[in-house]
Amino acid sequence: MDWPALALSLRLAVWTTVLLLPVGVLLGRALAWRRFAGRQLVDAALALPLVLPPTVLGYYLLVGLGGASWLGRAYQALVGRSLVFSFEGLLVASLLFNLPFAIQPMQRAFAAIPREVREAAWCSGLGFLRTFWRIELPLAWPGVLAGLVLSFAHTLGEFGVVLMVGGNIPHETKTVAIAIYDRVQAFDDAAAATMAAALLGVSFAAIVLVYALSDRIGRRHG
Amino acid sequence: MADGTGLYVRLRQSRPIPLDVTLACGSGELLALVGPSGSGKTTILRCIAGLDRPVEGRVACNGALWLDAVADVDLPPQRRAVGLVFQAYALFPHLTALDNVAAALGHLPREARRSRAQELLDLVHLGGLEARRPAALSGGQQQRVALARALAREPAALLLDEPFSAVDQVTRRKLQRELAQLRRRLNMPIVLVTHDLDEARVLADRMSILHRGITLQDGPPAEVMARPRDPLVARLVDHRNLFEGEVIGHDTAAGVTWLRWREAKLEIAHRPDIAPGAKVIWVIPPGSVILHRRDRPSRGERENPVVGIVEEVVELGESASVVIAVAGGAAHLTFTLPTYVAQRNRVAVGEAVTVSLLGAAVHLMPWAPLSD
Repeated sequence: MDWPALALSLRLAVWTTVLLLPVGVLLGRALAWRRFAGRQLVDAALALPLVLPPTVLGYYLLVGLGGASWLGRAYQALVGRSLVFSFEGLLVASLLFNLPFAIQPMQRAFAAIPREVREAAWCSGLGFLRTFWRIELPLAWPGVLAGLVLSFAHTLGEFGVVLMVGGNIPHETKTVAIAIYDRVQAFDDAAAATMAAALLGVSFAAIVLVYALSDRIGRRHG
Repeated sequence: MADGTGLYVRLRQSRPIPLDVTLACGSGELLALVGPSGSGKTTILRCIAGLDRPVEGRVACNGALWLDAVADVDLPPQRRAVGLVFQAYALFPHLTALDNVAAALGHLPREARRSRAQELLDLVHLGGLEARRPAALSGGQQQRVALARALAREPAALLLDEPFSAVDQVTRRKLQRELAQLRRRLNMPIVLVTHDLDEARVLADRMSILHRGITLQDGPPAEVMARPRDPLVARLVDHRNLFEGEVIGHDTAAGVTWLRWREAKLEIAHRPDIAPGAKVIWVIPPGSVILHRRDRPSRGERENPVVGIVEEVVELGESASVVIAVAGGAAHLTFTLPTYVAQRNRVAVGEAVTVSLLGAAVHLMPWAPLSD
């Protein structure tokens, strides 16, 4: 077992999840209720990581975050090192390719709250912020949690984008998914098998949790 | 009472739903907004509550201005002291009955909220169910929670959007009786949206007939139903006996007016305001058409007798609805009578019967083409 790789994967997954929580809640909520021109384009753009080959996404991220891009140059000037092939670059990539996994369950959860329930909160004197905390978020919570769990599990398992943007640098960008590939290349089947089983277990547990949570949303509104 | 006590509402817009209404509802008064689906009833409530904004309008309650499109005043729902019971109740599904009510008690100190919420649940006869979530309550119980929640913030006006439409008939009658009792203790304007004329008649002090966003007539329910302003209102309040006629003269000394209806000459209540020769539309309520008994004629039978052939008899439990064809089938009269009377007098399809039209109940309206 490549413990540093597993630790790196977990660190990446935790940061991704923590940062996607506010982003997903705000974007998911807005997309669930707001009507604006070009909404379908936004929906489509956010869903793109679901269908793009990871190498395509990885390639554009490499170009977009690399030393030749304004973002890469700004980062280099500010922090003094390259954004690509670093943990921070990996985190940016992870946030982007996890957007649909985080937002879609959250969006569906907010969309399932009847408009009249929010209006009843306003008519009960609850301000918009209190309505959010006391009514909307508790009702959408299973969906929010589902989005986070999916992002977490998906981050642990992502391979193509990580390899393109991060390379394979131990302690910096070598995640457990990359480590498995590494071990297989080195004919270390035992290590590969252990890590593969660990990822399988985590992913399965995550999906079970997501199904249980969506079931709970259905019951709450039933 | 534009800015005194009570609720004053004036709304006007052409889109998305056309509206042109003026309503006033005094403290302690119950005003029913009645009209078919799509007449704008719910939109009016939403504009009063601040959930929808009309293009033009003014809403004021007990001197507080909630909306004035000209002065650009438009308070959000949170700042309008209004209690709204939604048609589907819109309870907070994750909160218990008690917490649903307590959520609307934000104006009280935290420690006082639970006991006040309990009082409100007791007021709507829900003591003992405070720990239940909405999904574990029946429709009638949910409606009571919604009512308690609407009353929680001490509203200056109470708005009810078809509050009885989602429950069974037995529960509906019970909830209606409870509301009739409860409203005596609520000294606030209450606006009830309904499409049920009986409900309006039982509960309301006044009713407004709405059609395509316009107030057609406003008044005490019995008055509006007995004296619709025009044939459209007559149809909306479910008058089926609508006929064309002609005023042929008045007998001022006897206090009667003569109305020609096909071959018949009807003696009706005095209407000196309508000149002889004027064509009119007239209505008579089904309860004011009296069947002549076959076995024992009575004195009342000289009053506007009309002969017809029974075309339809529908027994509705204790009463029956009968349609007879008169004047060779050119017109149809509908009337109701107790089912046993219909049976004893052999009121059956094809039989000839004689009825009297009670002159005092005949109501005349300006002439307008009748659509059917």
